[in-house]
Order: sequence, then C-alpha cells, then structure tokens
Amino acid sequence: MNILQYLINGISIGSVYAIIALGYTMVYGIAKMLNFAHGDVIMVGAYICYCVTVYLGLPVLAGVLLSMVVCTVLGITIEGLAYKPLRGTPSLAVLITAIGVSYFLQNAAQLIWSSNPKSFTSIVSNMKPLHLFGSLTITGEVIVTVAVSVVIMIGLTWFTSSTRIGKSMRAVSEDRDAAQLMGINVNRTISITFAIGSALAAVAGVLMCSSIPVLMPTTGSMPGIRAFTAAVFGGIGSIPGAMLGGILLGIIETFAKAYLSTQFSDAIVFGVLIIILLVKPAGLLGKQVQEKV
Amino acid sequence: MSMLKIEDIHVYYGAIHAIKGVSFEVNEGEIVALIGANGAGKSTILKTISGLMHPRQGTINFCGENITHTEACKLLPKGLAQVPEGRRIFLQMTVQENLEMGAFIKKTVNPDDLDMVFQYFPRLQERRKQVAGTLSGGEQQMLAMSRALMSHPKLMMLDEPSMGLAPILVDQIFDIIKELHKAGTTILLVEQNARKALQIADRAYVLETGKITLSGTGAELAKSDEVRKAYLGG
Ligand SMILES: Nc1ncnc2c1ncn2[C@@H]1O[C@H](COP(=O)(O)OP(=O)(O)OP(=O)(O)O)[C@@H](O)[C@H]1O
Ligand SMILES: [Mg+2]
Repeated sequence: MNILQYLINGISIGSVYAIIALGYTMVYGIAKMLNFAHGDVIMVGAYICYCVTVYLGLPVLAGVLLSMVVCTVLGITIEGLAYKPLRGTPSLAVLITAIGVSYFLQNAAQLIWSSNPKSFTSIVSNMKPLHLFGSLTITGEVIVTVAVSVVIMIGLTWFTSSTRIGKSMRAVSEDRDAAQLMGINVNRTISITFAIGSALAAVAGVLMCSSIPVLMPTTGSMPGIRAFTAAVFGGIGSIPGAMLGGILLGIIETFAKAYLSTQFSDAIVFGVLIIILLVKPAGLLGKQVQEKV
Repeated sequence: MSMLKIEDIHVYYGAIHAIKGVSFEVNEGEIVALIGANGAGKSTILKTISGLMHPRQGTINFCGENITHTEACKLLPKGLAQVPEGRRIFLQMTVQENLEMGAFIKKTVNPDDLDMVFQYFPRLQERRKQVAGTLSGGEQQMLAMSRALMSHPKLMMLDEPSMGLAPILVDQIFDIIKELHKAGTTILLVEQNARKALQIADRAYVLETGKITLSGTGAELAKSDEVRKAYLGG
C-alpha cells in the first residue's frame, strides 16, 4: 500500500473519532463534565442498528434512524438519572459516576446480547469500491464515513453559530450563571447537548462497525478513549478542535500502525498527544482559559 | 405599591452565614440604593433575589408573587433582570449575539429593541459584529446593561455598574440609569460609589456584614454622620 492509501484510511477512521469527539467536547463545554460513558453509547447504537436490520429485517436507513432515536433517549436518560442529581457536587464524583455508567452499559449489553462478537454487516455493503491510479482503493465505507462526518461538522457549526438554541448553548458553556440570568434554562440546555451528542454517537457506532465489523459489548470503549484523546488534542470544548483532533488522531494512528508497530500504535498516539499538550496545553484549537478569581 | 419585598432572609455559603436577616423593599418607580463596604453581602443579596442562590430562611416577593425558591431562569420572564457584578457578558460572542441572548426569552429579536439600546449606547452599534471580549471595560458595562434591557424588565438590579470606570464614564452610566428610570424602569442599585448612588436614589439602605444598619432617603443618608464617615470620606 502506498502512503496516499494510508492517508485515506486514516482520514476515514479519523472522521469516526471526530464524530465521537464532538459528543465529548460538547458535553464537556456545556455540562463541564467528562462523560466517560459516551464510548459505550456508540456500542449501543451499533447493536440497535444490528438488531433492527438483522432481527427485524428492516432496511439500513431504518436501522440508523432507530439507533439514533434510542441513543438520544438513552443519553437524556443517563444525564437525568445519573448526572443531574450530582450537579454542583465535586467533579470527581461525577467522573466516577460516569465510569460507573460506562460499566453498567457494557454489562447490560453483555446480558442482552451476550459477549460473543456479532459480525456487523456494513451499511454500504452493496457499493463498489473506487479504484484510482491502479493502486488506490476507496471503499464505499470510506466515502460514506467521510461524507457523513463532513455533513455533521457543517451542520453543527451552523447550529451553534446561527440558531437561537445553538447560541444559548455557547452562552451556557461560557457562563452558566449569566446564561440563567438571560432566562436560559441550563438543565434543558444540558439535556439537549446530551441528546445531540448521543445521536452522533449512534451514527459513529454504525459507521465504525461498517468499517471494522466486529461488534461486542466492549466495542465502544477503546474508540471512546481515542476520541476523548482527540477532543483533548484539538482543545476540549472546541467543536472545530474535536473535528481536527479526530482526523489527525486517525491519521497518526494509521501511519503508526503501518510504519512503526501495530502493537504500539496506541502508545505512539498517546505519546504524540503528550508532546502536543506540552507545547500547547489547551490543545490545538483550545482557548487558553484563565482561572477565574 | 411594593414591587420587591424581602423579608428576613438568611443566606449561607456552606457554613458561612453571609446574610443575617435582611428585610427591605423596593416600590414601583423608585431608585433604591444598597451601599456597604467590601464583603458586606450586597452581591449575595442580588444573587439571592435573582434566584442564583436561595435563602435558607425568609421570603422574597416580586409583584405580589413569592419567588423565594424560583429558579433563576424563570425570573427574567417575570420582569426581573440583573446586571451582575463584573459585567459577565459572553466574551466569546459578538455584541449582537450578546444582545440576542438578552432577548432569549422573546424567541425572536425585535429590531426596535436593538434600536432602543443603540439609542442609549450608540457606541455599541458601531461594534455590533465585534467579539465582546475585545471591548473596553466601559463598553462591556454598556453591553451588560443593554443586554438586560433587551427584555424590557420591570425591575433592573445593577451590581456596581461604575466599577473600574473613568469618572466621565461613571457620570454617563449614572445618567443612563436616570434615563431608564424616567422611562419607567424601577431600579435597585448596588454601589461602592456611595456619593453618586445616594445622589440619584429615592431611598437607600446601608449594609454591614450581612445586616442592614441604616435606611432612609438618599438625601438623609448622604447627610448622616455615620454614612459620611464610613462611605463618603468624612
Ligand atoms: N462563593 C463564596 N463562597 C464563600 N463565601 C463567599 C462566596 N461569595 C461571597 N462570600 C462571602 O460572603 C460575604 C458577602 O460577599 P458579597 O460578594 O455579597 O459582598 P459584597 O458586598 O458584594 O462585596 P463587594 O463590594 O466586594 O462586591 C463575604 O464575606 C464573602 O467572603
Ligand atoms: Mg459585590
């Protein structure tokens, strides 16, 4: 394979990380918490799509839409039941709760779907790969993944910069008390954020399992951690940062696997992250936030 | 008629008893000033009225309705606005977007409202597209006041609007407070600048370490020995 091929593959998996990282970064920006269960919502999304298409025999589009609906409801429920009662408590308590929710989702998935891996059928299985310059292959999965992530990025950028609700989300993220004085309901805004992040997680889960077709209860956990890394890498809280961080992380990971070592690819990715953060502590596009006095 | 009535409120920060049984009222159409030294509890009282904090004891009534435990975000629709200490504008948003947030409860921004605030503060109109974080301190204060005006509040609470401003700008801000008052807005003003506050206030209260120690008309307090010694420099 040539370098261009690796680049394309890297951008493709990076686009999935970017979509997941958007969920991390939006929730962090608005609810000021790290939702470590976010990766597991991806896994639930993939299972729902699997069940709808395989067990119910419905078309792929129905699978994707239902999985988005279920994940949206799941995200709002998790937030309302597990995180909302802890609002205002030390962030460590919330973090531990998030880890607990993550295990809960994995164990629940194990109970429902067992720990045997399911083989996920790609949602674009009937699309022929493109061959360019003889050696370059662009699969349908790559095309769909990149296209969907571009649409999501443009859509979210438009939403947060041009709609009333989107702007109110930025206001809450910047100053929660001042936002309340504007009549903005912070609890509702946080719910909306979880809803959007979880719907995106469902999309990410379906796209990811279309490229890497093994589905198990732990499927979401490593991509979740990588996407979280991507969000930090790009500057946590920043939407363009999550996109950039995700794609760069996908590219670095693919190149590390190809040219250095498959086993150590994660270590290499995290090594690069640490170096970047030493140089730019707020991440690539993060704002240097001053501690409030 | 009393628009805002505070009765014996006690407010705590954890174990710290910051407000120790404060009662006062603001009548419709008045300018009421609340003065006191640093740490007396002025901002705490405003935050409690606007629902960002809640009293452990006591009641707050606004326009005949008990709002003691009402959530902060439900109070602006009732006509209660606060310009918080330190402005607290959205620094990463543009001037225009800050004003839109001020009109959040109205669903759509009425161009007449924008015209109104630009009439008070023409400087903001030129800077509509500018990111608020790049405004000067004085312009940020103007934006904070404009943002609160976008919803046409009945009662506007201002927490140290003159803080950190040059004297000429302080005069301008106080002139605008008077104009707003003339236009029918009731004002509750918290100030370190006791001299200016007492000049424009119909009535005033003096707060010391969480308790009200003096009250009277602005003119009475400006003449009182205690106030002159403690807040007006002798
Ligand atoms: N977040 C907090 N946690 C603990 N104590 C607080 C907090 N905020 C204020 N206090 C305390 O409550 C008291 C009243 O504070 P407040 O900010 O209301 O004073 P203030 O009259 O507005 O002072 P200033 O003129 O300096 O703004 C002070 O003793 C302060 O130390
Ligand atoms: Mg204060």
